[in-house]
Amino acid sequence: MSGHTALVPEQNNNNSNQENKTSNMRVSEKKCSWASYMTNSPTLIVMIGLPARGKTYMAKKLTRYLNWIGVPTKVFNLGVYRREAVQSYKSYDFFRHDNKEAMKIRKQCALVALEDVKAYVTEECGQIAVFDATNTTRERRDLILNFAKENAYKVFFVESVCDDPEVIAANILEVKASSPDYPERNREYVMDDFLKRIECYKVTYQPLDPDNYDQDLSFIKVINVGQRFLVNRVRDYIQSKIVYYLMNIHVQPRTIYLCRHGESDFNLAGKIGGDSGLSPRGKQFAQALKKFIAEQEIVDLKVWTSQLKRTIQTAEFLGVPYEQWKILNELDAGVCEEMTYEEIETQYPDEFALRDQEKYLYRYPGGESYQDLVQRLEAVIMELERQGSVLVISHQAVMRCLLAYFLDKSADELPYLKCPLHTIFKLTPVAYGCKVETITLNVEAVNTHRDKPSNNLPKSQTPVRMRRNSFTPLASSDTIKRTRNYSVGSRPLNPLGSLLFPEARDGADQ
Amino acid sequence: VAAAESISQEPVLQGIIMAACVFSLFIVACGPQLTNSPTVIVMVGLPARGKTYISKKLTRYLNWIGVPTKVFNVGEYRREAVKHYSSYDFFRPDNEEGMNVRKQCALAALRDVKLYLSEEGGQIAVFDATNTTRERRGMVLNFAKENGFKVFFIESVCNDPSVVATNVMEVKLSSPDYRDCNSTDAMEDFMKRINCYQASYQPLDPDNYDRDVSLIKVIDVGRRFLVNRVQDHIQSRIVYYLMNIHVQPRTIYLCRHGESEFNLKGKIGGDSGLSNRGKKFAIALNKFVEEQNLKDLKIWTSQLKRTIQTAEALKLPYEQWKALNEIDAGVCEEMTYEEIKEKHPEEFALRDQDKYYYRYPSGESYQDLVQRLEPVIMELERQENVLVICHQAVMRCLLAYFLDKSAAEMPYLKCPLHTVLKLTPVAYGCRVESICLNVEAVNTHRDQTEVSCALL
Repeated sequence: MSGHTALVPEQNNNNSNQENKTSNMRVSEKKCSWASYMTNSPTLIVMIGLPARGKTYMAKKLTRYLNWIGVPTKVFNLGVYRREAVQSYKSYDFFRHDNKEAMKIRKQCALVALEDVKAYVTEECGQIAVFDATNTTRERRDLILNFAKENAYKVFFVESVCDDPEVIAANILEVKASSPDYPERNREYVMDDFLKRIECYKVTYQPLDPDNYDQDLSFIKVINVGQRFLVNRVRDYIQSKIVYYLMNIHVQPRTIYLCRHGESDFNLAGKIGGDSGLSPRGKQFAQALKKFIAEQEIVDLKVWTSQLKRTIQTAEFLGVPYEQWKILNELDAGVCEEMTYEEIETQYPDEFALRDQEKYLYRYPGGESYQDLVQRLEAVIMELERQGSVLVISHQAVMRCLLAYFLDKSADELPYLKCPLHTIFKLTPVAYGCKVETITLNVEAVNTHRDKPSNNLPKSQTPVRMRRNSFTPLASSDTIKRTRNYSVGSRPLNPLGSLLFPEARDGADQ
Repeated sequence: VAAAESISQEPVLQGIIMAACVFSLFIVACGPQLTNSPTVIVMVGLPARGKTYISKKLTRYLNWIGVPTKVFNVGEYRREAVKHYSSYDFFRPDNEEGMNVRKQCALAALRDVKLYLSEEGGQIAVFDATNTTRERRGMVLNFAKENGFKVFFIESVCNDPSVVATNVMEVKLSSPDYRDCNSTDAMEDFMKRINCYQASYQPLDPDNYDRDVSLIKVIDVGRRFLVNRVQDHIQSRIVYYLMNIHVQPRTIYLCRHGESEFNLKGKIGGDSGLSNRGKKFAIALNKFVEEQNLKDLKIWTSQLKRTIQTAEALKLPYEQWKALNEIDAGVCEEMTYEEIKEKHPEEFALRDQDKYYYRYPSGESYQDLVQRLEPVIMELERQENVLVICHQAVMRCLLAYFLDKSAAEMPYLKCPLHTVLKLTPVAYGCRVESICLNVEAVNTHRDQTEVSCALL
């Protein structure tokens, strides 16, 4: 979506020249996301903190988020390297600071990991590397800073400080007990050994010092699981986004439910897009959804829908307050809105083929691509992170994007994730990821899924051109007047307002 | 009833939608409710630390994104109460009478805060005063608790004497307090004034005394931040905003694309190319930019042909934002206003009634535009010199942000073709220069019409 061009425009103003320039602009357009484009130099995110402070949790979550918004990111976990080097872990003695041999091995592992970081950035086009280790001494951090300086990487530290013994114990039980270091050991042993391991680090721990030694470094200190933050010298766009993200995530248990609207009339007709209402089976689904939600017995469940009829009608059946997000609207298919796939294949065969070649980046003329959708949904993701339990009633493409975020699916997989009608995805955060349960509500519906075609697509002579939004959205003939979604905006809520004023706007909010 | 009839013929659907009409009044249509209980933002800091600057800028941002916000500056209440300011003696801690007046002013301001938040539909009140003692902050916290308001502290800490001196020169010397003084005397008096506060200043202490309080400490003009106990979405947004703004001098240029083929025909929307006069403008713009002689100018366009073609003439790298595309006129795209009036007369009338909230069928409203442009504003805040080549409605939204125009004024701001608006941050706001590049173009502006009382 972004692109700067180094072409020098000709003084000649004739039309064909203009067309050539336009198509040249299309060729030079980068395929990367806005976030990726705005991230200039490679950045090394360096985690800091005693064991069991949530470093790996934050590292993995942050990496998942950055990859989802299109910034290639990878975690380099020093523990993994150590386990490679020292095949079998015996006890906390390995981590004693006076264990010279072990110290040598651990330093060696750090150097190997940094070499891998370099390879990731230079050979694999990575933009962000997350160096996940304790990094608790100035000596170690200086080593990393030198490495970064030699390679012209920016460095951003993320330190996790926590002195709440309950949090630490919970972390140990949740993720350390199942670590490869402790294969068949009882809980008590794990807890005991791990706490002693932590003590080994405490002896030499030098926290970041923003007042003196570390005043020129860029970093965020996360204190007591997000209760407090200290942010020092944020230097660019991506660091600002990272800080914002870390300040919005939390670890309270909660559940996220994702589902599509009930089957719609257009679904039955095989048409994509548009703004049709629920079919009779769709209404049945909405009823079943209501029952399901009641059975789940969730405290304080938020319900979000898009601003298209079919999700709103679905939510209406639930009989609970819900919030409408315009940005949850289905992917805009531009000129192909309200057509069936057969019609598209007949009327726009090139477009149809292009889309199958590169479904994530392909943008409908006058419409959107999955990549555009991800950018638009970022605000939803950020708010989902802030919230507790939420039910999001959305659409196929939208749900694929959201699911890809939670399940860490790549841009290649995203457009082919299976999100059938009348099925709920129940996501529960667990350890370093998300547990997902699919619940089919046993109400029949059409299948709207299209797999990636396996036939050999004719490779065009020239590379796939990512069409820019350069066609006018064609107005569909509006024979049936659509309910317009009136923007209520932020006026003070006046609950009886529209009942008192009969000349209320045409198509006031559904 | 009229609404229901036009919505659908199907009675059940009608019933649902009618119910939803009532129901949805409890729901904010464009996203989650940003904040539930009203919030009092309490500024904290010695004089000349940028509290009023932050208050005004933050308030402008919050109002622009649709959260009714207002600043209550205790200094203004004090100037009302004590008509003539004599000297820093007024602020001496041993001046009992002065202390009394100041406390009364704070209480008066809080009374107005309560009115604003409880009865006037406000959601956020910014209490702009030094609030440097625990005693004063305790009083504000109690006030908030009694009224069910949330509290968020913003403390500005700065010990760099050159920053303080610059602030004093930029905004204090021109204050009504010093209208009869020369600069040297004013500066001296103000420094003594700051001293009066210093002895009793108790900074926020998130480690102990203030550990349960929601706050952000802004240290050395944004070099460092300390954030404690962010409670909700709006506080999180406020923190993000404060972390992205800066005070480096810079200039923002806003202009529209050159005149387009559709402009000539009077058609709205679409994706046409530049007309001949539009191309002339692009060349004139190139000359203008060169003359401005800026270092590191960033150029942003939308993803529609006409802005891209305009940028091409500048021979500099430019970045395309989909978010800068013109407002989507939905079913009215590519029509002239006459055609719209003929084919969609009720839409045409509705739009004139409430242009900010009106959404074209399957298109957008100005309010939608604001939501879509928010990341652009956030990025503009982060950047330094930027030229934004965009469209009429988009430019109106951006301009409304910089010039603090309300939702009612925004859709009628004059943004003619072939004119560059040059914005320079100054004191508490923005200086704006309008530079017409002397290339003729059609006029695409429609003034506010007399609201017809014949509603549907």
